[in-house]
Amino acid sequence: MKTIRIGSGAGFSGDRIEPAVLLAEKADLNYLVLECLAERTIALAQKRKLANPDLGYDPLLEKRIRPLLPHIKKNKVRLISNIGAANPLAAAKKIKEISIELGLEFKIAAVLGDDVLEFVELNKSSLQTLETGKSLAKYDILSANAYIGAEGIVEALHQGADIIITGRVADPSLFLAPMLFEFNWESTDWEKLGRGTIVGHLLECAGQLTGGYFADLRHKKIEDLANLGFPFADVSEDGLATFSKLPKTGGLLNLKTAKEQLLYEVVNPHAYLTPDVSADFMSVQLKEIEPNQVQLFAGGGNEKPKTLKVSVGYRAFFQGEGEISYGGSDAVERAKLAGEIILQRFKSEQSEQSEQGFFQINANNKSEGLELQIALSETGGKKDQIWDLRIELIGVDSLFQGSLQNSKPTEVRLRVVGKATTAELANLIGEEVDALYTNGPAGGGGVRKNTIEQIGIVSVLFPRELIEQTVIFV
Amino acid sequence: MKLYEIAHSRAGDKGNISTLSLIPFEESNYTLLKEKVTIEKLKVHLQHIVKGEIVRYEMDNVQALLFVCQNALESGVTTSLSLDPHGKTLSSYLLEMEI
Repeated sequence: MKTIRIGSGAGFSGDRIEPAVLLAEKADLNYLVLECLAERTIALAQKRKLANPDLGYDPLLEKRIRPLLPHIKKNKVRLISNIGAANPLAAAKKIKEISIELGLEFKIAAVLGDDVLEFVELNKSSLQTLETGKSLAKYDILSANAYIGAEGIVEALHQGADIIITGRVADPSLFLAPMLFEFNWESTDWEKLGRGTIVGHLLECAGQLTGGYFADLRHKKIEDLANLGFPFADVSEDGLATFSKLPKTGGLLNLKTAKEQLLYEVVNPHAYLTPDVSADFMSVQLKEIEPNQVQLFAGGGNEKPKTLKVSVGYRAFFQGEGEISYGGSDAVERAKLAGEIILQRFKSEQSEQSEQGFFQINANNKSEGLELQIALSETGGKKDQIWDLRIELIGVDSLFQGSLQNSKPTEVRLRVVGKATTAELANLIGEEVDALYTNGPAGGGGVRKNTIEQIGIVSVLFPRELIEQTVIFV
Repeated sequence: MKLYEIAHSRAGDKGNISTLSLIPFEESNYTLLKEKVTIEKLKVHLQHIVKGEIVRYEMDNVQALLFVCQNALESGVTTSLSLDPHGKTLSSYLLEMEI
């Protein structure tokens, strides 16, 4: 039975560079896939594209792709990546430029069609978000990208592309594409498409299959995470696969690491929806066949969804933030006092300014015991406000609402964060924390403050016939 | 006993949903997990964190449980003010549950 070998060289936009280089060099791959997009990545990339139409692809593109090119040329590995983010065409051109510089020749294709901003802008009043049911007309929209399937990549492979750069192709579809191309599966062979998608799902987070994001020091020791080896799979025509990693790399691939990744981010294991298929995880079987080798058998699929999910990025609010540390046996008390001072400052500003409608903060102090968690009710949508001001102690109650507490820490960091309608207002939060230096409790140190414009994401469903993928060679 | 003694977990996120896997170190403990980690008990453990429904999938095929928790990430990854907007650390919180 025909098999192909697909490597996973990146599991997110910030992933390490070298593991992919090692795979391209030594793993006898047929395909190398780099998955570089998360929910919000495209919206942020869209912002960069608006500032400069030649940008909008992943900022690490050159650093990630340049060292791979000599190896994929020498070893005849075809490269597939969604590193194009908001601008796959510019990304493909950039890679062309790098390859010319290196004196290497590739057929490089960009797959377009996921960017549906124009259509969404035109129809926003008739589109409702899945999350809130609100009309899209209520949002200040920045980007709209449909999760598209494997077909554009398959077409590019048929046309002989060596390197294929996409935007918002669904993560597992990047891996399914070479299987569809090599095995000539019918696009309605749901069982095989389901299996191929499960293979893609296991690979899409790269090192998370091979012992990354897994270790603890008691039950789950993992060797040499500094040199974590990324996974590859030998996929056969029936859609089943054996997963491995290169010898002499760090990490571990066994049933436990594979199960953690299999269930990762799965919202419904009966129906894991991608643009290509509804994959069924309930029949998946995994088997450890040798050290660092896990086999996937069984697994299935059902008909693909009739609609595609579109991620809509919108300008949500300005997030202002400030932090300061306290140490010593009464660190928690002094940090709490600092938090109370901040709250009082905002409350008094509120009363001073409220007549002019400048501030509107509804305080609802839920502080009790060690917990200093002050949630202010959301009053968003009005002009010039700070809302959802949150005051917490890192080391005490910043992760689980103070639900886990046993001993008292001797160092702690106060964090104040909130939402604001303008950057100037958001800055006030960090400025108030900064002022604790000379106005707050004793011994506060290490203030950091920042303000960012937060881009939110909501989703809408989109009729799939409206999406047409196109392949452009550069 | 804490779940940490006999099981491991990874948290995932989709919008405002947190997915929490629960996988026994020894497959023989899978039945025990099914018996002890009911939706009702988990709701109590996660009461300050998960504001929506919890669905439990029993994946007998891989001897693991999967909990899908709605309204668990303070409006969702992109607009949460939490220090850990993805809720990545919730896997460790799940394992603190006493059974």
